[in-house]
Amino acid sequence: MTIKKTYKLFIGGKFPRTESGRVIEVRGKDGALLANMSQASRKDFREAVVAARKASAGWAKATAYLRGQIIYRIAEILDGRGEQFVSELVSHGLRENKARKDLAQAIDLLVYYAGWSDKYQAVFSSVNPVASSHFNFSAPQPNGVVGIIAPGRGSLSELVSTLAPVIVGGNCAVVLSPQDATTAISFSEVLATSDVPAGVVNILTGERDELGLEFAKHMDVNALMLCSSDSDETRALELEAAENLKRVSVHPNKSLKEDPYLITDFQEVKTTWHPVGV
Amino acid sequence: MLDVTTLEGADSVGKVQQMCAKAMRPLPEDPSVGPAGAVCVYPRMVKVAAKAVKGSGVNVASVATAFPSGQMRLKERLAEVRYAVGQGANEIDMVISRGQFLQGEYRAIYDEIASCKDACGEAHLKVILETGELTTYDNVRYASDIAMAAGADFIKTSTGKVPIAATLPVTLVMLQAIEDFYGETGRMVGMKPAGGISNAKLAIQYLIMVKEVLGEKWLNNKWFRFGASSLTNDLLMQIRKQETGRYQSGDYFTKD
Repeated sequence: MTIKKTYKLFIGGKFPRTESGRVIEVRGKDGALLANMSQASRKDFREAVVAARKASAGWAKATAYLRGQIIYRIAEILDGRGEQFVSELVSHGLRENKARKDLAQAIDLLVYYAGWSDKYQAVFSSVNPVASSHFNFSAPQPNGVVGIIAPGRGSLSELVSTLAPVIVGGNCAVVLSPQDATTAISFSEVLATSDVPAGVVNILTGERDELGLEFAKHMDVNALMLCSSDSDETRALELEAAENLKRVSVHPNKSLKEDPYLITDFQEVKTTWHPVGV
Repeated sequence: MLDVTTLEGADSVGKVQQMCAKAMRPLPEDPSVGPAGAVCVYPRMVKVAAKAVKGSGVNVASVATAFPSGQMRLKERLAEVRYAVGQGANEIDMVISRGQFLQGEYRAIYDEIASCKDACGEAHLKVILETGELTTYDNVRYASDIAMAAGADFIKTSTGKVPIAATLPVTLVMLQAIEDFYGETGRMVGMKPAGGISNAKLAIQYLIMVKEVLGEKWLNNKWFRFGASSLTNDLLMQIRKQETGRYQSGDYFTKD
């Protein structure tokens, strides 16, 4: 007997169904039903932001060493469950060699960003020359809660390429993943077993048209990573995000390259003036 | 219908003044919101609070009688009540001696409430049953009956200092006790659930229950209060959400 898995949302370390009760059918290339995916609502999004906010102080305070270890752990667990992801990607229509490549890329990305965890602060901090008797230095600090509107094609490496740079910098994330693929929710099972504290990553599957603006409007979201090639969508979201001066970082709707500046996109710089003797 | 509350060892004059300002006008830019029913403080802070809210219509409630445990001789507890009233409290939130109640000394509970009521003078008396320590619904019901018979103006669920605070079922038991007491004596007694009611969604469930059990007559700040410290901000955020259509952030509301 085959048991069909229920793909739910990932909020605050738990897997709740959408409160709206809505689902959407995900079909494979051959048209066979793969799963009923939850279609997240505004309220689910709100709950996810509450969970992210709750986790935010602890994750920002965690040592760089710990954050790096945890992200490396995600890579390890993902590697161990690789076959599941390959077969899932294949069922969504990828050829097997492409699926394997996608998985390998996702794991590489995680290892890459795990390595940056104890380095980006050193690299992007500065001691600033000032004309008074102060020791003046600047260091990057996490933005807080970051909304991620992930690329809309359901590959694993795309998702990881947006998520990893956000969380390595001490931010908590609420991810909106397209609901035509099960990979994001399977990936959250990896997150749930990798010592990622509850609420640091929250994954919703749902409609961009319905939830995108909500991401931009929510006052408790501090920054937004938007993967969109649609200039109208970008403009609409940027306008709404202006209300609480949310930082919006716009990228094309595809996998992002390894890049430490993606980490600093979601950091604010704190400058300290420390008095010193003449 | 809120008793805006701060009952911490760390309460300072500044903190109480700030809380009073917020109780009088919760949303600075919108005078149509509020004010709260009362501010609820420790006896030492009554004077500060009374001065701060003077003329605003906001009452000053003080906990008394060796809050939160009640473990002190009756004499000193009554002196505390008189002290708080003398400092300017319009409402006294007393605790009953749960230890004695659980030992079956119901007469003593009746007497202590009656003497507190006496000591209150003009001030309203709220009786905290601390339902989380009474262990059964039967006990909650019995304690409610004793409190009301002894002269309580309000019965209140909890101190907020023990892990189990107000719950919907316990509140229902107390509301039914109030209903029966009203039926028998014709005297209205107020209800104050306190502790753990931290968001608007939960608050409305309580309001619905009050309406269903006791009716419209109780749905005002004379007969019903929430004891809460963090509910205020959630209410304000809901109001702002209604106005703007945006989910709100705690970053834009005062913490104290």
